[in-house]
Amino acid sequence: MVADPVLLQAVAELFPSGVSRYAVGGLLVGLGTVVIYVGTGIPAGASTFLESTLSYVSGQSRFRRYVGSRDWRLVFTAGIILGGLAFAATFQSGLVTSPLYEPGTTGTLYEVAGVTLWATDVQPWRLFFGGILVGIGTRIGKGCTSGHGVCGVGSASKTSLVGVATFLAVAIGTAQVVAALGVSP
Amino acid sequence: MADRHPLFKPLIFVGGLIFGFGLGFSHMARPEVVLNFLTFEDLGLPFVMFGAAIVSGIAFALLPRIRDAAPLTGAPYERRLKPFDRNVLVGGAVFGVGWGLSGICPGAAYASLGVGNVTILWALGGMFVGAYAQGYWRSRSGARDAAAAGAD
Repeated sequence: MVADPVLLQAVAELFPSGVSRYAVGGLLVGLGTVVIYVGTGIPAGASTFLESTLSYVSGQSRFRRYVGSRDWRLVFTAGIILGGLAFAATFQSGLVTSPLYEPGTTGTLYEVAGVTLWATDVQPWRLFFGGILVGIGTRIGKGCTSGHGVCGVGSASKTSLVGVATFLAVAIGTAQVVAALGVSP
Repeated sequence: MADRHPLFKPLIFVGGLIFGFGLGFSHMARPEVVLNFLTFEDLGLPFVMFGAAIVSGIAFALLPRIRDAAPLTGAPYERRLKPFDRNVLVGGAVFGVGWGLSGICPGAAYASLGVGNVTILWALGGMFVGAYAQGYWRSRSGARDAAAAGAD
């Protein structure tokens, strides 16, 4: 097979960071999901944690239904946070390198106790108001990027495929409009 | 619920660790990277979600044929199938506006905190406010529906 240099360059422009960090990261996200599923039979999603944790402080009937799962969901989220920290202490700090890992160039790096940490430059108002809509939408829509996107799509669930198509299309439209309005970062 | 297997929570924790490490490694924990995908400047991000979906899909398809029940819970291996209704579209659209505005989703937000992104607490705070608002509203309308049904 002869590689067409024009085609190769076009592909490189679409994937300026390569695809390996995305694919390896995705395989690990899938592996974490599978570890939990094999042991417990639970296809875990990340957004239920928001409501299950609210059941500790609120008696609303909507949150009470998650009382039985709120403890392990807290453990799941603590694991995700510490998994991110483990990544920061290794690859993000340059302690471990791999040809499959392409470090990002956005945001701001800073150091605490020898660990390279990272902070976003995206404006707080975008994070806060976007977060409110994410909190409403994922709970009304029965799932988020992990519940619908990973577990639901992995289950070939039509509901989840429609859910993913909906939030992906609307997110692309929203991000394009926000960028066109000159909001950056 | 009370008599969970002693390895139940440790296993959930290990799964979460791998999950969070993957979100950090993939850079999905960085809102800028998500926004760069949504504006078509770097199309690599779908490899994260679909890579993960393929891995979980293999497990979801194979395990029910190998074993009847999960060792730590005794729960049957089932796929994640939820009933479709209008909420999936409405909620998905609201989530899409939020994701497109902020570049962050719940799992990635937890991992983002882990990679040092303290600023993401704005998004996490927002998510709790949003989840509370819909829960408050749905608890009220649920109680009202039950009351109306009881009155008949």
